[in-house]
Amino acid sequence: MSIDTTAEQAQQELLEEFELFDNWMDRYQYIIDLGKQLPDFPDEWKCDEHKIQGCQSNVWMRHRLEEGRLHFDAISDAAIVSGLIAVLLRIYSDRPPAEIRDTQPDFLAALGLDKHLSPTRSNGLHAMLNRIYEVAERAAA
Amino acid sequence: MSDLAAPAEATVLDVARVRRDFPILDREVHGKPLIYLDNAATSQTPIQVIDCLDDYYRRLNANIHRGLHTLADEATAAYEGSRDKVRDFLGAADRREIVFTRGTTEAINLVANGWGRAHLRAGDEVLVSRMEHHSNIVPWQLLAEELGIVIRVIPVDERGVLDLAAYRTLFSERTKLVAVNHVSNAFGTINPVRELAEEAHRHGALILVDGAQATPHQVVDVQAIGADFYAFSGHKVYGPTGIGALYGRLELLEAMRPWQGGGEMIATVSFEAGTTYAPVPHKFEAGTPAIAEGVALGAALDWVTATGLEAIGAWEDQLLRRATLGVSRIDGLRLLGTAPDKAGVLSFVVDGAHAQDIGLLIDQLGVAIRTGHHCAQPLLAQFGVDATCRASFAAYNTLDEVDAFVAALERVIGMVR
Repeated sequence: MSIDTTAEQAQQELLEEFELFDNWMDRYQYIIDLGKQLPDFPDEWKCDEHKIQGCQSNVWMRHRLEEGRLHFDAISDAAIVSGLIAVLLRIYSDRPPAEIRDTQPDFLAALGLDKHLSPTRSNGLHAMLNRIYEVAERAAA
Repeated sequence: MSDLAAPAEATVLDVARVRRDFPILDREVHGKPLIYLDNAATSQTPIQVIDCLDDYYRRLNANIHRGLHTLADEATAAYEGSRDKVRDFLGAADRREIVFTRGTTEAINLVANGWGRAHLRAGDEVLVSRMEHHSNIVPWQLLAEELGIVIRVIPVDERGVLDLAAYRTLFSERTKLVAVNHVSNAFGTINPVRELAEEAHRHGALILVDGAQATPHQVVDVQAIGADFYAFSGHKVYGPTGIGALYGRLELLEAMRPWQGGGEMIATVSFEAGTTYAPVPHKFEAGTPAIAEGVALGAALDWVTATGLEAIGAWEDQLLRRATLGVSRIDGLRLLGTAPDKAGVLSFVVDGAHAQDIGLLIDQLGVAIRTGHHCAQPLLAQFGVDATCRASFAAYNTLDEVDAFVAALERVIGMVR
């Protein structure tokens, strides 16, 4: 989904999309709608190996390396987390491992997500980010 | 309401007046007026309690019990005065039966370690209900690991009500203790603790009642219940955090070994002659306690008593009924915990809307509810869920807030589906 852009550009695009909304209820609605458009994540992928701990909802994430790019699939049984997954995948999926590793999650602060979805709310955002960076770190090594 | 709370004609609560006592209710969240419905986790604090804490540090602050100076004397009098208030609040016979703890959790751990270690042997049985908070499960599991005691689980039916017939069959000659809550924190079920106590005593077992969720909603009389131990937390009954109490029958406390050692809990300490302990309750209160919080707990109990627990309970019943009716109209919403006797808690799940989504989104509308397992995973597992939404009510909540909560809930469910 991100072949033509860089992670940097993807972050910029998201920022512009979020600026269309002047309140957080609308931003949440947008996040939820992004989540609804995630590609299918078959039930057989929902195994312990793919499960990410530390979330109030269930989150599964799998990855594969294809032609030098890391592709992630993920899903949650919660709508906002699925939306956050969609945001993360736009920035991080289908990119070279080194680019993923070196991409700082600046969008969290820029979108105000760090305030609204702080790690203490156990929404799984940081657990997902950690998994993405771990995978990229291993693949880039 | 349970039969123990009781009076048919409770005085009517002046909610507008009650609300004026809670400065936090004036604040906004995300630009919306705060609607605080997480009272089962912690209740808000009236100005009388805040003033008491403030006054303590301005006028009284000193370490208690051993000082000869005036501040120490006055601080001790205030702290020990709170013990009398707790005694009256629980209907205990003797002030020595009240041990201050950090809260319910520490009180239960005190019983497990002080009484349990002294009296339980491998193979002895403790009955614990499936609807317990983790704080009334894990201390017994720790003892089971160490001492080889056996935990037997009192089952819960599909309404979230204890199965009393099954309860009666769980006793054996090895049953030494029943550990149950008075009111379930996850579902709000009021348990018939007097009957549970009678049955326990018939079999020669003791009963420990976790009263954390009962004390904010109804008059408790530990003697009428026949409780051997009764625990509660200050911060759920309009008091400060970090303070609570254990009631224990005097003869039981006197026979118990101290759990924590330190200052305050000794009579004399000697390397040669050994150490003797202070009389109860002080032998269980090692170290400098939460003095300010202890004093302010007294102010909280004063506030609750003056406001009237019967009136509070009756008002919360109205709130709960209104909320139950309101959410029942929402398509795909399933209530968990439909016991005939409930206090203050509405627990539910919604088809197609995860509890986490509801909790996050409804917060944007200024409504504070709790989502998750409520530290009652065994109970939730029985109902096939790992998280619920829980709205819980207190004296200062209004019917308008309940209606706003229901409307907000409908709105956020619509966003997610």
